[in-house]
Formats: sequence, C-alpha cells, structure tokens
Amino acid sequence: MKKEEIPHDLGALGKITKEVCYVVDESGKYTTQLSEGWKVKAEALDVAWEDVQARIAVAREKVLAGEASPILLFMEYRLMDVGIVSAYTGFWKWTIKRHMKPDVFKRLSDDKLKKYAMAFETSVEDLKNMNVHEA
Amino acid sequence: MFMKLDFQHIQAAHCENGVTTSLLRHNGIDRMTEPLAFGIGSGLFYVYIPFMKINNGPAIAFRTQPGLIFKRTCKSLGIPVARKKFRSKEEASHALQECLHMGQPVGCQVGVYYLTYFPKEYRFHFNAHNIIVFGKEEDQYLISDPVMENPTTLTSYELERVRFAKGAFAPRGQLYYPKEKRVISDEQMRQAIKTGIKRNVRDMLHIPGNIAGISGIRYTANKIRKWRDKLGLQKAGSYLAQLVRMQEEIGTGGGGFRFIYGAFLQEAYAYHPIDELPEISKKFTQTGDIWRNAAVQASGIYKGRLGSQQDFNLMSDYLLEIAELEKNAFEALSKIKWQA
Repeated sequence: MKKEEIPHDLGALGKITKEVCYVVDESGKYTTQLSEGWKVKAEALDVAWEDVQARIAVAREKVLAGEASPILLFMEYRLMDVGIVSAYTGFWKWTIKRHMKPDVFKRLSDDKLKKYAMAFETSVEDLKNMNVHEA
Repeated sequence: MFMKLDFQHIQAAHCENGVTTSLLRHNGIDRMTEPLAFGIGSGLFYVYIPFMKINNGPAIAFRTQPGLIFKRTCKSLGIPVARKKFRSKEEASHALQECLHMGQPVGCQVGVYYLTYFPKEYRFHFNAHNIIVFGKEEDQYLISDPVMENPTTLTSYELERVRFAKGAFAPRGQLYYPKEKRVISDEQMRQAIKTGIKRNVRDMLHIPGNIAGISGIRYTANKIRKWRDKLGLQKAGSYLAQLVRMQEEIGTGGGGFRFIYGAFLQEAYAYHPIDELPEISKKFTQTGDIWRNAAVQASGIYKGRLGSQQDFNLMSDYLLEIAELEKNAFEALSKIKWQA
C-alpha cells in the first residue's frame, strides 16, 4: 500500500482513535501513517452485527413460541455461545442446553438463576421476563 | 496510592507487537521497533482451522498464536521472561501492584468484551488482546493500549474483569514482562533476525497438513469456491466478512500483516546488508496489496453488489495468486546466504 492510498473512511473506531498502518513512501521506503478507517472493513463489521441481530430475533421468537427459555435470548444478546456461558456460570454445556428448555427453566432454583443473571449482567427478574438492556 | 512509572506509550499497529516493543524499550533495548519485534518473533502466519467456529464463522488467523511474538523475541535476544497466571483475582491484583512498586511496567492479556474504552462495535468475546499497565492513581490503573493513540485508564474493577474474561484463550489474569535490563549487541540482533526469518520460512512452507501456511491459503481458496453452493449466498457473505475482519481488523497494519513484514525486511537490511532482503520486501508489499484487493472483492459479495459463482471464483483466484507469490517470497528467504 502506498502512502497516498491510505483510506480515511471514518468508522466506529476512528471516532475514538486513529490506527497505525504500514505504507510505502515515494522512495519505496516503509513508514507508518494513521488511518481513520476503511469502508471495506467497516462493512465487514456491519455484516457481523447484522448476523448478531438476526440471531437475537430468532432467539426471541423461539422463546415467545415456547420452544426455548430466555437463556437462549440472553446468550445471543451478550454475543456468547454455550461454551462461553459455561465458562462464566460454571455449568456444563449439556446442563445449559437442558436449561434452555422452557419446562426445565421454570423449575430452576434461585441460586442457578442467579448464576445466569450474573453471567448476563442482569437481574433474575429481568432474565425471567426477557427484559434485555444495554451492558 | 499514586504511582506513575516513567514509561513511554508507543502506538503500534498490532497489540502484541506494541507491548513487546514498549516493554523491551523500557528495559533498555532502544532500537526495538514494531516490525523488528514482529519479524524476530516470526509473527507472519496463515491458518484456517476447519471444524472450529469463531462468532459462528470460520476460524482464520493471519498471525501466529497469541503470546508467541513476545516469547520468541525475548528468547532470541537472550532476555529472561516472567509470565504468570493466577487462580485468584486477589493474587493477580497483588502481583500486578508488586511489579508496579518495583518500577516494572507489566504486560497483561485481556478480553475485549468488557474493555470499556473500546467502541461497542468492536467488543466481541475475544480474549487475546494485550495491554501494558504502567501505574495507578487512586482506583484508576494507567493503561498503555498499543492500538490507541493515547494512554488511557481502567478502574481496578474494570481491569480485574478484563483480566479474568472467560471463554477461548481465557487470560486467567496472565501478566508478563522482561525480567532484566539488557544491552543487546549488533551481533545478537543479527542472529535474532536470522532465526526469526528461518522460523517464519518453516511456519509458512513446511508445516505438515494442508491448513497452515501457504497450503492453508490454498485450502481456503478451494473452500471459497464452494461456499456459494454449500452455504447459500447470505451465509457465504458472512463468512467472507469474517475473513476480511481477521485480515484488516485493527492491529494488522493492513493487508493481513504482510505490510508489517515488508517493513521488517527493510529494517533487517540495516543489520544484514544482503540485496535480496529489500527485494523480497517488495514481494510482501505486493501480496499485502492483493489481500486488500481480495477484501474489496469480498465486500462486493457481502454487501450484495456481487454474488455470482464467477465472483466467488475470482475471490478464490486472488487467494491462489497470493499463495503462489508468498511461496516464492518465502522460498527466496530460505535461499539467502547469511554472512554471519
């Protein structure tokens, strides 16, 4: 990449910090320049977030239709997978999958619900009522 | 408590390069630069791990395993390293403060999901970010994050949370730093550069199997050709977006680290005046540029401007071209006659 080719498409990161890029100057020597961002990668990040939103929407429908417990919704909302939920709660993965069934979820003890609520940074009440808010 | 070490924040393209460079400079090696740290640590890599998913997409990396750049660079220069993980948060916090008391800035591995000063859009569950802690004022730790222009702060609770992030590559409070101040001779630098290049040749050309190094790039090219039929246009687009994120995400210096490697070979020439080095550097500039062209092609697909099988074939062809050029470049590096 030549010095004059460095992109300056202001993105989410560019508002907080510029980033270092390695570029070649007129004499062919490497130097560094600050970039505010590049449209191509900002769009790639947009795609990742669109995918997240789509998964949240599917999870919400499943919970409303009685096919899954709110744990699924919160897991998607916090960008986690079952492995990460397991790491934060201390439950086995297969246990979590069981807790994602609405019938099993309804019978969970307060202690277990609290562990999930902590992992999702919410309260037990909000977890039960699918009350999601920003982290 | 007020404690601020005499420490110079350096902005770098990549976090681990930046931490390595800053800590080594702090410990007396003034001529360390980001490209040198990256090259001596044999940072350039490519791997596509099948059967593994990251954020529901393909697991692809353009750089070597987290932690290795610091470890290899220090080892090559003969500098002993301290590295500790912790069971308890109290112990982790205590060890960190002890280092600061002794005047040693500390490298910490952290997760970015709870990293408060990062923009929300970037906060996924990624646990191999690196920062330096260089002081504490009241409850605020002073933080040098190499990808940021300026130093920043985290409260002790915020720092504890990112040091004990969970999931893949969980940092478990991990901290590290060079144990001694050293003076490094020209001869040691020459040897370290040579070792770094040879090890990078091995990693890109000679790892058995077809998922790592040059063969990993080819493997990915062949996968991409099939993604449209196999995954459908939507999911194939998401997969390509993930490839581009890994390649151009913050910390790569652009072009999937290829430009940083090009800069390294130019700097290496100052220590080894061998004409091939700047020539081979140009080849890495070229492949970095093609990686970026490929990213433009990929974005056409994930933004819905392109989408035919031919568009996927062209994407795949870019990667095959890169594989050929990088194979040439590393073979040229393997044939260098080192004088020392």
